[in-house]
Amino acid sequence: MPLYEHVFLARQDLAQAQVDALAENATKIIEDNGGKIAKTETWGLRSLAYRIAKNRKAHYVMLDIDAPPAAISELERQSNINEDVIRFLTIKVDEHEKGPSAMMRRSDKDRERGPRGDRGDREDRPSFRAPREEEVE
Amino acid sequence: MARAFFRRRKSCPFSGKDAPKIDYKDVRLLQGFVSERGKIVPSRITAVSSKKQRELARAIKRSRHLGLLPYIVK
Repeated sequence: MPLYEHVFLARQDLAQAQVDALAENATKIIEDNGGKIAKTETWGLRSLAYRIAKNRKAHYVMLDIDAPPAAISELERQSNINEDVIRFLTIKVDEHEKGPSAMMRRSDKDRERGPRGDRGDREDRPSFRAPREEEVE
Repeated sequence: MARAFFRRRKSCPFSGKDAPKIDYKDVRLLQGFVSERGKIVPSRITAVSSKKQRELARAIKRSRHLGLLPYIVK
């Protein structure tokens, strides 16, 4: 069976328990259709880069799935209907990542360093094509 | 850590051993390859090889779809 990664975003005003219930529900859909879940990863409530369905934040959940394609289309069909799921992405992968994904690894480092400051304006940014400007001057 | 801008022409930041894996979930990595307006930086500036640039563009677009990266910063 092919391997998939499924990430879905749940509405911000749901409780964590409801989000877990959604993940549970997705697991059930997959298992009913003859697949299995290799891993469930909850990324928690994260702020979105832009508003999605009037949400500024969303609960992120990622599932590593090993299931037949029919199970995936059923999961996607039900996700489309469910209003608590505001967005999802399913991609086929050659192999599942071992251990926590980049998202989980990153969060520890983020807390230590904090956000990076803004970069300077375009003009004072060094560029390897800089010689052209010098020739003009 | 791969940065988007180099002073000198360097080899592709995703080639060679212990190069980072391009992944739509790795927002921190991808952020280095979008401008402050949120646009994908051309490979002639970041020196990413064309094969990796295609992979990178796909990852950034997936990230945007999930609200991890902005489509545009006003």
